[in-house]
Amino acid sequence: MTLVTQSVMRERFYETAAELVDRHDRVAVVIAEIGGSALMAAKRRHPDRVINVGIREQLMVGVAGGLALAGFRPIAHSYAPFAVERPFEMLKLDLGHQDVGAILVSVGASYDSAASGRTHQSPEDVALVGSLPGWRIFVPGHPDEADVLLRAAVLDNDRVYLRLAEQSNAVARPIEPGRFHVERRGRDATVIVVGPLLDPVLEATADLDLTVLYATTVRPFDREALRSSGSTRDVILVEPYLAGTSSSEVDEALVNEPHRLLAIGVPNVEHRRYGNWREHDAAHQLDAAGIRARVLSFLSA
Amino acid sequence: MLQSETVATLGYADLERLMAMQLGDEKHSRSATSTLDVIWVLYDRVLRIDPLATKDPDRDRFLLSKGHGPMAYYAVLAAKGFIDVDTLRTFGRYDSPLGHHPDRNRVPGVEISSGSLGHGLGIAVGLALGLRARRSPARVFCLVGDAELEEGSNHEAIAYAGRFGLERLTCVVVDNRSSSLGWPGGIASRFAIEGWSTATVDGRDHEALERAFAADHARRPHAVVAVVEQGS
Repeated sequence: MTLVTQSVMRERFYETAAELVDRHDRVAVVIAEIGGSALMAAKRRHPDRVINVGIREQLMVGVAGGLALAGFRPIAHSYAPFAVERPFEMLKLDLGHQDVGAILVSVGASYDSAASGRTHQSPEDVALVGSLPGWRIFVPGHPDEADVLLRAAVLDNDRVYLRLAEQSNAVARPIEPGRFHVERRGRDATVIVVGPLLDPVLEATADLDLTVLYATTVRPFDREALRSSGSTRDVILVEPYLAGTSSSEVDEALVNEPHRLLAIGVPNVEHRRYGNWREHDAAHQLDAAGIRARVLSFLSA
Repeated sequence: MLQSETVATLGYADLERLMAMQLGDEKHSRSATSTLDVIWVLYDRVLRIDPLATKDPDRDRFLLSKGHGPMAYYAVLAAKGFIDVDTLRTFGRYDSPLGHHPDRNRVPGVEISSGSLGHGLGIAVGLALGLRARRSPARVFCLVGDAELEEGSNHEAIAYAGRFGLERLTCVVVDNRSSSLGWPGGIASRFAIEGWSTATVDGRDHEALERAFAADHARRPHAVVAVVEQGS
């Protein structure tokens, strides 16, 4: 199956963010240099609401908190390690503890920038944001889906993490924020696949009789969709970030049902390799061949 | 402060009694004492806020970034009618709205929840930017401690606010000389080099504080260093 390889989600985000600032007086964008060129025209049109604080990510989140206190709907944006890991306490306190909302949009998912090394990789991001109360987490698998999720988030007032990736599925699905999309139904097991790993999962399991639930919202986790999937004895969770990030959600959903769980994702090790995300996917068995091998091993055990 | 006639208020002489009602904060009592006069002058003479209109979008904002030792803050809020005086007796209890660090979601008139150092000034910059974008006349005052300035996040905010001329932002640094390494060249110089207007005054002198807060600082943010006795 062909994968879209350009950073289409990222470019689409800049276009949509600029449009949203044009359309909604309450929308403000806060960046820390990254995205500055792409948002330059919007900044010229709205110098008060497109704010580049320089390479100051702690300030970026603090400013987002202050803008929210002033009644704005801030969109804060940077590379994933600098949007989530560096200013993590600001996410907790400047947004969460104040009980104000913002939309945090990251690029550089997991190892999109593999050649840059560990400093620019953060497969821990969803686990980290998910550890904070009150955050919705969106992981789109296609630029059109990212667009739907961003536009929906702008209309709300809560805290949203929107995780954009270089990897993309070939075709967007008709997603709905907060709900899993039923890709297909089967009898032997249920696969929950997150965002851009849908195409590899479909390729890996084409000849297997599995239910495939497609998740673009992972917090809150659509537990009801899993419970009603009809084949929950064996559950396979496929995530494009730290393996097992949503394992506890699966267990909570099926707390009264005997089940086995296979959690496929990025292992929690420092993988000292460069290259590109495809090579890292292959190394972590997150390509179609790797996923198939792990699924067959699990189902035959 | 704009004061509603329907809210009974107390004076500066009452603050010691109001702070005593909150006894039990051994850990933070020194911090509470150091900020008392600055917070009183702000609420008594400077801030345009009304305890009966704490959601007025054009109210001035006071942000206690140095959330340690909020007894003085709570005492002033009680004296000015934002919270009930009797609530002070519940300070730190499980079901009290008054924690050892303030929570904006629990206490009327408290603009930010604070406690962890180095957060308030960044939020204040965002608030000032937002109010400016709304063409609001509101001003933002943020109180930090001299030791709090050791947190690097403050310097992200100081640099940005100075370069972008956030004239409705005032940062008051209560300097009780408690920073670990001191500030060679003086605290004010750290702001001035980034383009801030600055004033250094006796943090117990109400008239001097009032003059410092009223100083003209067109197109520049303003820093007031309020020096109090060491370790107070």
